[in-house]
Amino acid sequence: MLVINNLKAAIEGKNILKGISLEVRPGEIHAIMGPNGSGKSTLAAVLAGRELVEVTEGSITFFGKDLLDMSPEARAREGIFLGFQYPIEIPGVSMVNFMKTAVNEHRKHNGLGPLSASDFLKLMREKKELVEIDSKLANRSVNEGFSGGEKKKNEIFQMAILEPKLAILDETDSGLDIDALRIVANGVNKLRRADNSTIVITHYQRLLDYIIPDFVHVMYDGRLVKSAGKELAMELEEKGYDWIKKEVDIQD
Amino acid sequence: MEEQYKLMEKEQDKIISDVTSGEYKYGFHSDIETDTIPRGLNEDVIRLISSKKNEPEWLLEFRLKSYRHWQTMKMPRWANLKIPEIDYQDIIYYAAPKQKKSADGINGIDPELKKTFDKLGIPLEEQKYLAGVAVDAVFDSVSVRTTFRETLAELGIVFCSFSEAVREYPELVKRYMGSVVPYTDNFFATLNSAVFSDGSFCYIPKGVRCPMELSTYFRINSANTGQFERTLLVADEEAYVSYLEGCTAPMRDEHQLHAAVVEIIAEKNAEVKYSTVQNWYPGDKNGNGGVFNFVTKRGMCRGENSKISWTQIETGSAITWKYPSCILRGDNSTGEFYSVAVTNNYQQADTGTKMIHMGKNTKSTVVSKGIAAGHGQNSYRGLVKVLKNASNSRNFSQCDSLLLGNRCGAHTFPYLEVDNQSAKVEHEATTSKIGEDQIFYCNQRGISTEDAVALIINGYAREVINKLPMEFAVEAQKLLQISLEGSVG
Repeated sequence: MLVINNLKAAIEGKNILKGISLEVRPGEIHAIMGPNGSGKSTLAAVLAGRELVEVTEGSITFFGKDLLDMSPEARAREGIFLGFQYPIEIPGVSMVNFMKTAVNEHRKHNGLGPLSASDFLKLMREKKELVEIDSKLANRSVNEGFSGGEKKKNEIFQMAILEPKLAILDETDSGLDIDALRIVANGVNKLRRADNSTIVITHYQRLLDYIIPDFVHVMYDGRLVKSAGKELAMELEEKGYDWIKKEVDIQD
Repeated sequence: MEEQYKLMEKEQDKIISDVTSGEYKYGFHSDIETDTIPRGLNEDVIRLISSKKNEPEWLLEFRLKSYRHWQTMKMPRWANLKIPEIDYQDIIYYAAPKQKKSADGINGIDPELKKTFDKLGIPLEEQKYLAGVAVDAVFDSVSVRTTFRETLAELGIVFCSFSEAVREYPELVKRYMGSVVPYTDNFFATLNSAVFSDGSFCYIPKGVRCPMELSTYFRINSANTGQFERTLLVADEEAYVSYLEGCTAPMRDEHQLHAAVVEIIAEKNAEVKYSTVQNWYPGDKNGNGGVFNFVTKRGMCRGENSKISWTQIETGSAITWKYPSCILRGDNSTGEFYSVAVTNNYQQADTGTKMIHMGKNTKSTVVSKGIAAGHGQNSYRGLVKVLKNASNSRNFSQCDSLLLGNRCGAHTFPYLEVDNQSAKVEHEATTSKIGEDQIFYCNQRGISTEDAVALIINGYAREVINKLPMEFAVEAQKLLQISLEGSVG
């Protein structure tokens, strides 16, 4: 579904991504790991269409369509979901209102009419249970006054409602205690289907105890320097990133 | 001397032809034969207005007294506004539609007038209007129809045009008119006292809870005409009323003056909610034309435990100068002010409130949300005054400003005068911009930038919009969206 080919990107003239190639097929979970500053979040930002990242070379297609040609909202409606590392607060805008607007935009894109108020509330209720989110959370303003853990759970809740084809979870595990981590991971696992995929971006192996990836990629200095199965994550946990850095630096 | 001008500019219906989405929706002009008096202001003009309305001598005296006082006054310049010179001799002070009798006749309403109000979404037939809302429709200088009068009369509620109240209920008018806003109050209020044409009058008798929303819809139609209406609301002991006012005007290249006076009196245990959705023509994108809105609104909580609450959504007018205020005279009385003021393009607003604490244990709450976009300038100006005897008074003020873009401005001018040690006065102010992060977050969930801005603005203004009667809250949200369309992106 997603094909990234030799992607290079810069922020304010500084090259961050230096040639990334990756293919994600339906049903797969990919983990992208790597030390801080290696470009993991920049990759997520490029996929979501963040303007401040400038793509200088390469291509991305999503179900055959040129992703780089689409606005952020068009990408979202095509089925790309970004779980934010730092979810944004929108004071005064209720989660209900926010998600209803989002859901109806997705439906419009798919040629469907808006959901009735009662159907929408039913959907909210179902998904709340699925991701074990506190029901009060859904009545509050978007992320306003949420704890770090609540914000992350709220991302998974939104993902459950929007049912994306490709979810990119950017450091969703950072700042979570073990219970929150379990809830977030369970949510992701429950939402897993044969026709959707997930890219999990993480610094630690911890999350991968709960979400079992099909592929693990290591990003270092703007490149995917190593790809393998889930066993790679264990190795990283044991040995840290230094050995990979050394390997790469020797090759250079 | 009385002359008649036919002001029948053949303007095309601008709504359809050249107004794209996001522009002023109510800018059309109705082709209605109008009875107008010559431009200019002098004692003869005032006598003429008074005689056209068949007024009693005491009212003419009130007008003349006001006019003489006005001549000694100067236009106030302290507001944070750039006001062009206004030639008060170049304004028409009275314009009334000549009503033709209709064939199918809803009580003799001119079909052309009916059409105008239909177009504005204010049907004048009772069965068609939102259930539970009575309307007084004011067109230029006169009230053309008041609905549900009979239903209200059964409860002893008086709801009619101001002119009619002068004829039918002179004692009530005499007792209350000018008791909250004296004729000497300020330049514009004094001008209004001299030349006011029509407006609404409402009296809720003791112990009556008004069962429906009362509303007045003001429409300026004629060119070169000022609108000077006067509204008087009296809630007697234990009474309750919720009142709403709306206003629009055609798009014109020249400015038009609107100088109204609203007085509210709440007796013991009475409560009055006054909501305004102000949508006068704001002028075009380059700042040409638009209504000058110089309004004096004030309520007096006369009795103990009384309450007056102002809610305003200000999206229109080229210039707004308006400070709906509460005088908290009765012990334990409460004043509230909730405001959203939008300035886009070249609009300017200097608006806020005055809360005067006179009685003991009086309470006031001020929530002001300014939104500035384009080259708009938005000022909050508020006074909280606690007099010596007002022990245990409390005020909470919150003034937020939201900026869209880099060319607009938000300003806050809070004034505090506290003469009682036991008073508690709190003031909070914030200024923020709509963050790119917030918009991107919405985008990533599939929401377009325009919708994201509308969502964020409505979230920002929600606290105030929630205070409006339900039927109008939705309208107000749409209005906010329309008046800010195209200001981001």
